[in-house]
Amino acid sequence: MNFILIAVIVLGAIGLIAALVLFAASKKFAVYEDPRIAQVSGLLPGANCGGCGFAGCGGMADALVKGADAGSIDGLSCPVGGADVMGQVADLLGMAIANGEPKVAVVRCNGTCEHRPKIVEYAGLRTCAAMHACGAGETACGYGCLGCGDCVEACQFDAIHVKAETGIAEVDEEKCVACGACVKACPRGIIELRKKGPKGRRVYVSCVNKDKGAMSMKACKVSCIGCSKCEKECQFGAITVGNNCSYIDSEKCRLCRKCVAVCPTHAIVAVNFPNPAPAQKPKEPAAPAHTAPNGFAAEKKVEPVTRKEAQE
Amino acid sequence: MTAKTFRIGGIHPEENKLTHEVATKVAALPKQAIFPLSQHIGAPATPVVQKGDKVKVGTLIAEAGSFVSAPIYSSVSGTVFKIDTAIDATGYRKPAIIINVEGDEWEESIDRSEKLETVEAHPELTPDEIVTRVKEAGITGMGGAGFPTFIKLTPPPTAKAECVIINAVECEPYITADYRLMMEKADEILVGLQLLMIAAKVTKGYIGIETNKPKAIELLTQKCVDVFGGTEYYVTVVPLKQRYPQGGEKQLVDAVIQRQVPAPPAIPVNVGAIVQNVGTAYAVYEAVMKRKPLFERYTTVTGKRLANPGNFLVRMGTPMKDLIDACGGMPEGDNKLLAGGPMMGKALTSTEVPICKGTNSVTILSRDEARRKEPQPCIRCAKCVGACPMGLEPYLLAKLSEVENWERAEREDIVSCIECGSCQFTCPAHRPLLDNIRQGKATVMGIIKKRK
Repeated sequence: MNFILIAVIVLGAIGLIAALVLFAASKKFAVYEDPRIAQVSGLLPGANCGGCGFAGCGGMADALVKGADAGSIDGLSCPVGGADVMGQVADLLGMAIANGEPKVAVVRCNGTCEHRPKIVEYAGLRTCAAMHACGAGETACGYGCLGCGDCVEACQFDAIHVKAETGIAEVDEEKCVACGACVKACPRGIIELRKKGPKGRRVYVSCVNKDKGAMSMKACKVSCIGCSKCEKECQFGAITVGNNCSYIDSEKCRLCRKCVAVCPTHAIVAVNFPNPAPAQKPKEPAAPAHTAPNGFAAEKKVEPVTRKEAQE
Repeated sequence: MTAKTFRIGGIHPEENKLTHEVATKVAALPKQAIFPLSQHIGAPATPVVQKGDKVKVGTLIAEAGSFVSAPIYSSVSGTVFKIDTAIDATGYRKPAIIINVEGDEWEESIDRSEKLETVEAHPELTPDEIVTRVKEAGITGMGGAGFPTFIKLTPPPTAKAECVIINAVECEPYITADYRLMMEKADEILVGLQLLMIAAKVTKGYIGIETNKPKAIELLTQKCVDVFGGTEYYVTVVPLKQRYPQGGEKQLVDAVIQRQVPAPPAIPVNVGAIVQNVGTAYAVYEAVMKRKPLFERYTTVTGKRLANPGNFLVRMGTPMKDLIDACGGMPEGDNKLLAGGPMMGKALTSTEVPICKGTNSVTILSRDEARRKEPQPCIRCAKCVGACPMGLEPYLLAKLSEVENWERAEREDIVSCIECGSCQFTCPAHRPLLDNIRQGKATVMGIIKKRK
């Protein structure tokens, strides 16, 4: 009986002392964490994809709260959660949403097997990085998509795939969260995050070839030759041509698609428009081809109708 | 005398020296010569000519872009057609000077006589003078890597050169350009070696030759006795056992003077050796004695299915196509075209690629010869570990690169890899070891560079 009592007293005493020590320590070494960080963390999707530029959702939550304290959460955006999540976060922090429009990854290469013939066979390691280090790849274009799928590997959202028929990477815009992992993975810098546009409508130059026109045409029929026709046509100053390649600024582009019509190589692509681009000359009945130089755009072209219907 | 060799790893691929006894032919002048501005390690050269300029053979067309760089001289006479881009050995379009060939008019400053100049007849040749002439002539390593030679001749103050080692190993299968050069220009090579020794302020020289070239060993041994016997110079021909990659600088230093070069950034001169290719020694002779800048080289054009494979003295800038045509044209069917040999060579996508300073061979393999076998799982047999001449663990480095564990890859010394391909050659599971390691090495080197 005595033993039991002693044991209880001794253990009780140890427990009490330890509790006091722990209590003292927790007071003395307390680290204040803003309770809002945990709340914001809870709102974020928890994908830890790094698309926001921070190491994970925790880092983003921290930055958001700090930003709120400093007075602005501008420039912070969760690509996965999108406007919904950012709205909730902004409500929680009592801030105004100051986020730009949603973005989407765009593969700027149209060099399908048909447009860009293979001239050599590559036998080495089948990753884009290895192929890029070895040379121009299997086609004569030293700038285009290599089709080994480093971007597919990098995508955590199953939103980018290399199509067997075309041999180039294509983005599933429903799934793409614009985290930018594919942009970093692509050794050729073909993929760009562009403004998604109203109803997904976008106009962009689907080529990054910087060779002179004749050279790039030899390698690929739908390459940008840097002729500057689109630059002259654009009334909004959205198009710049440099290094033999044209670029459309998605911030300035008003989606008029006049550039699409004048592009002699069909390197400018317009996606998700319900009707074909306005034809410049009456002689061009083949205008639909402008919106659909590749199979991808052709498919997408029908999509808005169905989506609209679904919404209704 | 027993043949020496390096102590770690190594393999012995089939030699296939098809053109050993084919005397060197002078290649015909091309119609158009292409001079990529980046033919060497370091900054690209800067053009000093413009479209429409007339140039002669030996005219400076591009000057060194920075300290680690080399000037480029025209190998032909004619008119500058344009300064544009052209596909070079990297497989990409890079800036290049393109010259339309008209006639064959040489700069007067070049001594075109066949007369052998000796060092004794030129007392004005101080070490500095030799280094300057080598630098001005645009000489870069002729073995393939293309490091500017004058930098090797001026070692950092912390290191002291003790000897010059001439790399006449030619361990790479198929290539015979160095062997032909030795057989045809032995006297000039020895004067070149003497110049290199003067420039490096040493009196000891070695010429490392593999035993599959007995005639060259015999010839050069005899000439060494004739030329250097009774002088202050001590030059020996070192017969080496056939082993790949003996032509690698570090392996050659180990084989010849039994010293191990430490891991990068150490270079052979840190253990007292300056290694120069035999082709470089010849180029040094021509540059210093004949005032002839580097615009010609010995190149082997080879392949089992070529009708007449051969060795050529070729003007740089000549498209490979011209040389292949001179050998009977591209064989029927699918071929793999390499700048260099089958082990270290760079696969090319175009026959328009010109011969550059470092192009020691054009090798054409058939589809069957070049075909890779289906990779199997690694069974940890460690054959690659045994074959690695740098004492690395290729299977591990390949795996680390695959899973992108760069920190560990750096700890495992991935940057020491010389990319010789012995691991991949020896792998019984046909794993793409070097492909992965090369990727990893490039990434880790990038990380290290960023850190600085």
